[in-house]
Amino acid sequence: MLVWAALLLLVLMSAVAYNFGRRRALKKSGGRSAALHSRPQYHGYYVALWAGIPAAALLLAYAVFGPRIEAALLQVDPPAAVASLDVNQLRVFYQDASAQASGQGSSETVYAGPLKAALDAKVVEARNINQVFSAAAYAAMLVLALGGFLLAFPRLSIDFRARNRVEGWTGALLFACSALAVFTTVGIVASLTFESLRFFNMIPPLDFLLGTDWSPQIAMRADQYGSSGGFGAVPLFAGTFLVMLLAMMVAAPIGLYSAIYLSEYANGPQRAIIKPLLEILAGVPTVVYGFFAALTVGPMFRAAFNGLGALMIGGPLDELGQYLSQVQNQMALVAGVVMGIMLIPFVSSLSDDIINAVPQSLRDGSYAMGATRSETVRKVILPAALPGIAGAMLLAVSRAIGETMIVTMAAGLQAKMTLNPLDTVTTVTVQIVTLLTGDQEFDSAKTLAAFGLGLTLFVVTLLLNVIALHVVQKYREQYD
Amino acid sequence: MTDVAQGSPGRRGTGKRPASGKSIKAAPVNIRAAVESRLAMRHKAERRFRNTGLAAIVLALAFLIVLLGSIIAQGYTAFWSHSISAPITVDSAKVDARDLAGANYHMLVAAALLQKVGAPDDELGDNAAAMKELISTDVAHELQEQLEADPALIGKTVTVNGHLSDDADLYLKGEVTRSVPEAERKLTDQQLDWIDKLKAQGVVSGAFNSQLLTASDSTEPEQAGLLGAIIGSALTLLVTGLLAVPIGVMAAVYLEEFSPKNRMTDFIEVNINNLAAVPSIVYGLLGLALFINWMGLARSSPMVGGLVLALMALPTVIIATRSSLKSVPPSIREAALGMGASRTQTVFHHVLPLAMPGIMTGTILAMAHALGETAPLLMIGMVSFVPGVPEGFNGAATVLPVQIFIWENASERAFHERTAAAIIVLLVFMIIMNLAAIILRRRFERRW
Repeated sequence: MLVWAALLLLVLMSAVAYNFGRRRALKKSGGRSAALHSRPQYHGYYVALWAGIPAAALLLAYAVFGPRIEAALLQVDPPAAVASLDVNQLRVFYQDASAQASGQGSSETVYAGPLKAALDAKVVEARNINQVFSAAAYAAMLVLALGGFLLAFPRLSIDFRARNRVEGWTGALLFACSALAVFTTVGIVASLTFESLRFFNMIPPLDFLLGTDWSPQIAMRADQYGSSGGFGAVPLFAGTFLVMLLAMMVAAPIGLYSAIYLSEYANGPQRAIIKPLLEILAGVPTVVYGFFAALTVGPMFRAAFNGLGALMIGGPLDELGQYLSQVQNQMALVAGVVMGIMLIPFVSSLSDDIINAVPQSLRDGSYAMGATRSETVRKVILPAALPGIAGAMLLAVSRAIGETMIVTMAAGLQAKMTLNPLDTVTTVTVQIVTLLTGDQEFDSAKTLAAFGLGLTLFVVTLLLNVIALHVVQKYREQYD
Repeated sequence: MTDVAQGSPGRRGTGKRPASGKSIKAAPVNIRAAVESRLAMRHKAERRFRNTGLAAIVLALAFLIVLLGSIIAQGYTAFWSHSISAPITVDSAKVDARDLAGANYHMLVAAALLQKVGAPDDELGDNAAAMKELISTDVAHELQEQLEADPALIGKTVTVNGHLSDDADLYLKGEVTRSVPEAERKLTDQQLDWIDKLKAQGVVSGAFNSQLLTASDSTEPEQAGLLGAIIGSALTLLVTGLLAVPIGVMAAVYLEEFSPKNRMTDFIEVNINNLAAVPSIVYGLLGLALFINWMGLARSSPMVGGLVLALMALPTVIIATRSSLKSVPPSIREAALGMGASRTQTVFHHVLPLAMPGIMTGTILAMAHALGETAPLLMIGMVSFVPGVPEGFNGAATVLPVQIFIWENASERAFHERTAAAIIVLLVFMIIMNLAAIILRRRFERRW
């Protein structure tokens, strides 16, 4: 909360600085603002920027790094009581101390005896460190703001090039904003790699990428079923692939054919109605598709297959009938079909753009040769648009692989090596959600495995995107 | 001109005549028949192709209708619920004025209702226990509050209001019927008879379920509402908007108007395009590692949620802003520069204001998308049960889509219709945002 107050104070100080700067410029010019190199408000902006930006940068740095430094300081001299704790317990201990000091909820660990006393001591210490630190940070902020003001203010004069200076600041600010995109990528890569490396310290990367046994629950007892702590991700890749394949089998033909119809056959009014409707389909949140899959499509498919199975039992296909009559709600087919529906507008709008980018002269040439519309589409437009459409499909595949909510709600949790669409499968994203939404013990292989999976997911989707974007771009340039 | 036009077919005709003339003479019927049958086939193929395209669109639109229809069909019932309003005579033997918290109010209300339906309580209290299942806990809470406010009411008759239990409510709404065998229902025939009697006496009545929008999450379906989630969503989106919009617009202005054409700029552009296609769950992992584990921000808070969604919305805002800036014609810039404005002045005084409607439209659509996002918020711990309204940006909170996910996982049947109702509420918010974007576009869009 204090940070917000400090930020508000900073804004107020900048506003005051602006006023001072503007007035001084006006005074220097003797009331004739035309005599100034820059208009008075630029002098104001200049002073305000010097008063505000360095101090704001400090405040930001404090908000980002402050807690880390405080936590590190807290661990400088460990009390005797914590000597018996292992690394993880120690971490929880210090986290609890910081959390209690700042009034947040702490973990459910129960501390007793000397440990409790040590914790209380550390809570007091954490509070003290925090007070000293925040006081220092806010004092430094004030000093920077005042210093910036005092530095900038005397520079103002009739010939001072305030506008150019302010524009320099603006350019730097704009650049910083666009560089944030790079920092985000760096942040994603760094955080995923860092946590994954810790995971790969426990589980060798090859066991993870090539192993076929996925059961991340570490066994509590030796005889516990299905909790061998296996981290072989191949069944997850298989499940992801199966769901993606089913989704593309729905989305690719429907999306492509609708795009063809929209761009080659539909007239203006038809397009004006159909396109927004498809956009609605694209705007529906994925959690809604998940609900639709789990509670409407799942039971519907199950009833259909069970009914079909009941008819076959006793006939020549008895075995298949037996199987079909026991199909469950959660199957790869449900998740795949609903994900396919979700991807239809994505595929269709991308393909539509690409088909529209094919030059009209190619169509005209084909019509002039006496080809029908469908022949033009099949023999001229599609071959011309093929690279672009391939790129669009790759983007859709990348979306399907990264999609989370539909599979979480409809696919299931059992890791199986199967290509049977009626079976329950699990995917990479489902496992990330499951591993991270249960009880979290940090530093356990189970939690860190989520980051290993996340890194794999990121790398695969990134490759797909890079290839797809490259292909699409190349293709666009071809006809520009 | 005319000479050439008349001459050229003649020349070509004379040159080719012998060959084509011969073949017509040799098989005049066959060619015509072959061409016509081929043409018929080609036209048939044409119709087939066209119809396949039409079928694809009809199928896609049918999916849309089924999707929305099934959700409305499952959810509209949740906007109607039954409540109970009954005069209860507070037995002074059962409520001790000195120990108001110790009395079993739930049982007291159940016993009073038993009398109303004319069923005597048996010795074991089975009937009262069965009646208890029909009313929600809030009836007892209200009675207790009334008595605590005015202990003199003990021994008198007090009117209490509250909800019917979720199962009883479902029966009155016709979602659980007597045709289901008694063993497969939660309520027995006797309990259903009681509900019918209470309904006939006017003790139980149905009304618009305002609770759904004015209460927060609860473990009791009949008392659960969306207020906490709506406010959580609003706080989260506020953080997202305050960060993503200015930063995104400024980044786009830099890339479109100022950036020199060099490797750095290309690298930034490639980055932005790729970030737009990174799966949302990866942003959740980033948020967990960076904002929670590293920076120590509070788990499941609107602050962290907003930060994660801001990073996610940033590429979308940048791309929308850039295309909007691109549509401002260069003549505007040239005119401003010609009048002596600096490049910064040109952009901020002329180009940006002209691009504003497009930027606003793109931004609102990006925010609507962020409103529906679920997966990254699961990663930062927003799945926990949060009763009450979130306390500020650093308190625990949940958002609408996550609330939908939580309710979908709940086992009580009554949460089923409430999940669909929550989806309807979410979709209404999204429709409002999309409409705002469309109206903005219609009103302010300028064609150059």
